Amino acid sequence: MAEKFVAKISEFQDGDRRIVTVGDKEVGIFRDRGQFYAYSNTCVHQGGPACEGLIIAKVEERIMPDRTSRGMYFSETDTNFVCPWHGYEYDLRTGECIANRKLKLRQYQVVQKGDEVYVVT
Amino acid sequence: MDLVSDRGRRVSVEELNTTQLLANAAKQARQRNYDDFIIVDVDAHHYENEHFSEIAPFMENDVLRQLSLSGAAKTGRQAIMPIQIGFQDMGGRVTRYPLRATEKTPDGTLRDVELGYRWMDAMGVDYSCLFPTGMLNIGLHPQKDMEADLCWGYNRWVTEKVLPETGGRMYSMLCLPFSDAEESLRQVEAFGGRKGVTGFMITSVRDVPVHDNRYMKVYRAIEERGLAIAFHAAFNWYEPIFKGLNRFISVHALGFTVSNMIHMTNWVINGLGERFPKLPVLWVESGLAWVPFLMQRLDHEYMMRSSECPTLKKKPSDYMRDMYYSTQPMEIQDMQALETTFRMINAETQLLYSSDYPHWDFDLPSTIYDLPFLSEKARHNILGGTAARLFKLPPRNEKQKQNLIKYGNLPV
Repeated sequence: MAEKFVAKISEFQDGDRRIVTVGDKEVGIFRDRGQFYAYSNTCVHQGGPACEGLIIAKVEERIMPDRTSRGMYFSETDTNFVCPWHGYEYDLRTGECIANRKLKLRQYQVVQKGDEVYVVT
Repeated sequence: MDLVSDRGRRVSVEELNTTQLLANAAKQARQRNYDDFIIVDVDAHHYENEHFSEIAPFMENDVLRQLSLSGAAKTGRQAIMPIQIGFQDMGGRVTRYPLRATEKTPDGTLRDVELGYRWMDAMGVDYSCLFPTGMLNIGLHPQKDMEADLCWGYNRWVTEKVLPETGGRMYSMLCLPFSDAEESLRQVEAFGGRKGVTGFMITSVRDVPVHDNRYMKVYRAIEERGLAIAFHAAFNWYEPIFKGLNRFISVHALGFTVSNMIHMTNWVINGLGERFPKLPVLWVESGLAWVPFLMQRLDHEYMMRSSECPTLKKKPSDYMRDMYYSTQPMEIQDMQALETTFRMINAETQLLYSSDYPHWDFDLPSTIYDLPFLSEKARHNILGGTAARLFKLPPRNEKQKQNLIKYGNLPV
């Protein structure tokens, strides 16, 4: 188990991300609502850089009690990150693929030491 | 660089560099030792619609050229080509769309060629067939003479300005103005012998009957020259049957398959396979799942209604097995279904790898290389051996040459 320095917390803004290389692995580290999350930067689809694309709220659809649709909207609570190759979307808090939650990016532990963030691989 | 996310929020991403974006593809190429394979991408694209100011001067008719040149100068405000509503970039999620203009290329190089080299080298592709993007809608142009002249201008520009700069690594199947059979024939005669031309493309979004007698001389001219014909699929959201579809995913999934299914049905049922037995016919960018469906459907009806297609000497599926298919976008969802599809189309000799890069649903060579049910021969043939034989593309190193010979794609 190796710890790799990611960034100073004071320089790692909420909603931002970092990509670090550890040996032959690339890991994406996200900060969302004060929490840190780290995942493999290799998409489960065709191996794209899963963590390097757009970070965007999950899209939901408003279905009313009478089963009619009132259109799509951005979630206020759920955030995804998107592989830039083909658009595979991942839940930022779990690394699960939104289209099939059985598919999941490998998750890594993130530790904070004082003002510094490390990822454990 | 910033991209716009939900509610106008801005997200920082690296500026676009194709080599960097495809770094993981390059890693796959090294791990799988693609150098030993000749890899031919039979369907890749460039954005010719960004070069109309260069293409228009090659048009023949003074008046149409002047209209096009003036229109090209007003980029974004006046369409020269029929255009579609489309959300290929998924709201910026597929970042190479919004960032494309930011990618830097060296002065003195042809931008489309430079970008082509970058993705080809990253993926391990040796040769690619260059198809246009915006011109895939040329069949919807309401002006027959403008369609013909735009095709003429594009075909001249590609063969005189683009392909000569590619070091032989890019070739093309040129765009036919298929609304006009006489003009299509003239362009086959004019361009069929040019370097880097391996055949001609019919853009599938059009409602002409491909079996109409007026086209027979066009097919014969292509066949006589030892060239191939490709039907390149696309979608048309304005098609009456598609107007009820409310999401891009729906019209894209159906449009690319239905457009080719219509032409395939006419081609087979009217016996064009009997009339042009030496003409290689290639079906491009419809994926593969539609083929077993259509084979079964046509065979089933043929057994009862053979009197309606007296030219046929075998089942429709047998003619479909004589034709060629590009892989992308390959539906790798049910491995058994995919394996059955490969068996039904004789993939070992009839299937050709394609990436469709840089479009949003591109496929890497690993989509073929990693399939668990392929023989070594099938893997080599699909990735490029069959295309190398079909389009007469030479090996780029000794190992590739040995493999082409080993699997029957190059005479000893």
